[in-house]
Amino acid sequence: MRWIALKMLMGDPAKYAGLVFGIAFATLLMTQQVSIFMGIMRRTASQIIDISDAQIWVMDNKVRFIDEVPALPDTDLSRVRGVPGVQWAAKLYKGQVRARLADGNFRNVILFGLDDASFVGAPQEMIVGHLSDLRRPDAVIIDKAGYEYMWPGEEYKIGREVELNDHRAVLVGVCKASAPFTTLPVLYTRYSQALGFVPRERNLMSFVLAQPQPNVPVEELCRRIESQTGLMALTKDQFFWKTINYFLGSTGIPVNFGITIGLGFIVGAAVTGQTFYLFTIENLKQFGALKAMGVTNLRILGMIMLQAIVVGTIGYGIGIGLTAAFFEATGNITHLAGLFMTPQAFAGVGAAVLLIILLTSVIAARKVLVLEPAIVFRG
Amino acid sequence: MTTATLTRRVSGGRTASDGVLAVECRGVTKEFGNGDTKTLALRGVDLDARPGEMTLLVGPSGCGKTTLISIIAGLLNPSGGEVNVLGTRLDKLSGSRLVKFRAANIGFVFQQYNLLPALTAAENAAVPLVIAGEYKSAAVKRAAEVLESVDLGERTQARPSQLSGGQQQRVAIARALIHQPRLLVCDEPTAALDAQSGQTVMQLLRRVALDPKRAVIVVTHDNRIFQYGNRVVSMSDGRVVDERQQLVADVAQLDHVA
Repeated sequence: MRWIALKMLMGDPAKYAGLVFGIAFATLLMTQQVSIFMGIMRRTASQIIDISDAQIWVMDNKVRFIDEVPALPDTDLSRVRGVPGVQWAAKLYKGQVRARLADGNFRNVILFGLDDASFVGAPQEMIVGHLSDLRRPDAVIIDKAGYEYMWPGEEYKIGREVELNDHRAVLVGVCKASAPFTTLPVLYTRYSQALGFVPRERNLMSFVLAQPQPNVPVEELCRRIESQTGLMALTKDQFFWKTINYFLGSTGIPVNFGITIGLGFIVGAAVTGQTFYLFTIENLKQFGALKAMGVTNLRILGMIMLQAIVVGTIGYGIGIGLTAAFFEATGNITHLAGLFMTPQAFAGVGAAVLLIILLTSVIAARKVLVLEPAIVFRG
Repeated sequence: MTTATLTRRVSGGRTASDGVLAVECRGVTKEFGNGDTKTLALRGVDLDARPGEMTLLVGPSGCGKTTLISIIAGLLNPSGGEVNVLGTRLDKLSGSRLVKFRAANIGFVFQQYNLLPALTAAENAAVPLVIAGEYKSAAVKRAAEVLESVDLGERTQARPSQLSGGQQQRVAIARALIHQPRLLVCDEPTAALDAQSGQTVMQLLRRVALDPKRAVIVVTHDNRIFQYGNRVVSMSDGRVVDERQQLVADVAQLDHVA
């Protein structure tokens, strides 16, 4: 009976296309929005992701997320270093300054001040220049997206100068870095150099980055640091989720994306459900004839489920393909960099589509299953 | 009309009253709804149909003939009475056993053909074999042979939309016969057809009814086809009011008349 079910499904190309389109559209909308949402959330913690050479972040115990960090006194670095089990600890400055360009324009930038000796927290991949060039006077390294934002359409050029808080800064390299939430350029410099670029405050150290000794569990060391210093010590993963959870709970982003994703589900379910229902209703006499001729309800249900699964699989495949094409096409656009189709979106939307086709087929099948086969004798 | 019980010779030299009854209804009643909305569609119907005969059920709209044929075909359960079809008490069967019985023993011809529009004529005709578990290729091959016997050998690959009403009904008849059922029930098989196509379809059904192992019951109010039935059973208001056995001309003569 499977071939009969498939021929019935594809016998009306317009309705078949409508069914596939409904699922494909829902898949595209949901996968794209879920992926962009996850990408944006990931961006809120992109600087945490990028710093891979330290496992522990130590900060003021009232910090809620990475962009709102009160400075620590420099003595805290020594206190952290004094905790048993700490292999090494290094200071890190993170803040925002205004960069004035040669043509008078200005841009806000995120500034990282790296430990002068170790460069802990430095970018992992350089496109132009060398990390060691940061040792030069007034040296800064900028991320690729930031360079294109500050000097759009221009080739990478070492030696460019910008003013940071009336101080001259010289570009010595361009690096790869994850796009930040605000799409601001990211500048890296030495910690001692950063102190000259930013307005003077009593304390300027944002974080202490620390690494446990071998055989010392990270979580255990975090507990020790917190108990001995009164500071907050988080693993990289914990800080990543703390930042994301702040944005999830304190901004309208999840609600807005949630509405769009929900609408995608509803529109997909409505279009597919209505079309499939009408398709079934129009074939009610044929289903009645099949029942009269001896097809059981179970086989009818199997036929309808097969039709729904075929429509769902093809529609889902097209939708995923379109989403992949979208991210492939936009992958090189600077402000969309770092957004990609995530496995979670792929699987989650697959489950949503499965739910849509199950709901759809159950609603459609219900009409057929309760159908009296005697209907075929009513002209 | 007067009730007459006649035994006439039909082509092949056998008698219509030979053998056991294919259908035997005794005191069949059927109610729809309940309370104030209760309707009595059948009020104690007795009906016999014999193998090798074509029985016509005639009467005005709403007289209960469609309800009766639905009960005989196992599509509706009677509210009361006995329904014996091919030696099986249908009123005692239920669920999957009834479905299996229908699939194995009954062929259906519908007023609106009820062909699947996406399937070819051969595929449509093959459906009962597929339901019975036959492979598609074998079923379609057999269907092509049956279509040949109803003069549609050239149109096996045509879809219903490419066929005339008469041709569609002949495909439906091929579908009804392909699994060699012992009872063929036809609901207004000529109602949607012009006169010429109606005669062609009835001649075909007449030939089918010559099979001594098969009974044919036709519901109709088309008096142009009354001549094809061995027996004409008239119904009114849920009852059989007249039953007339009649001489049926040889198929060759019917062809000539047509």
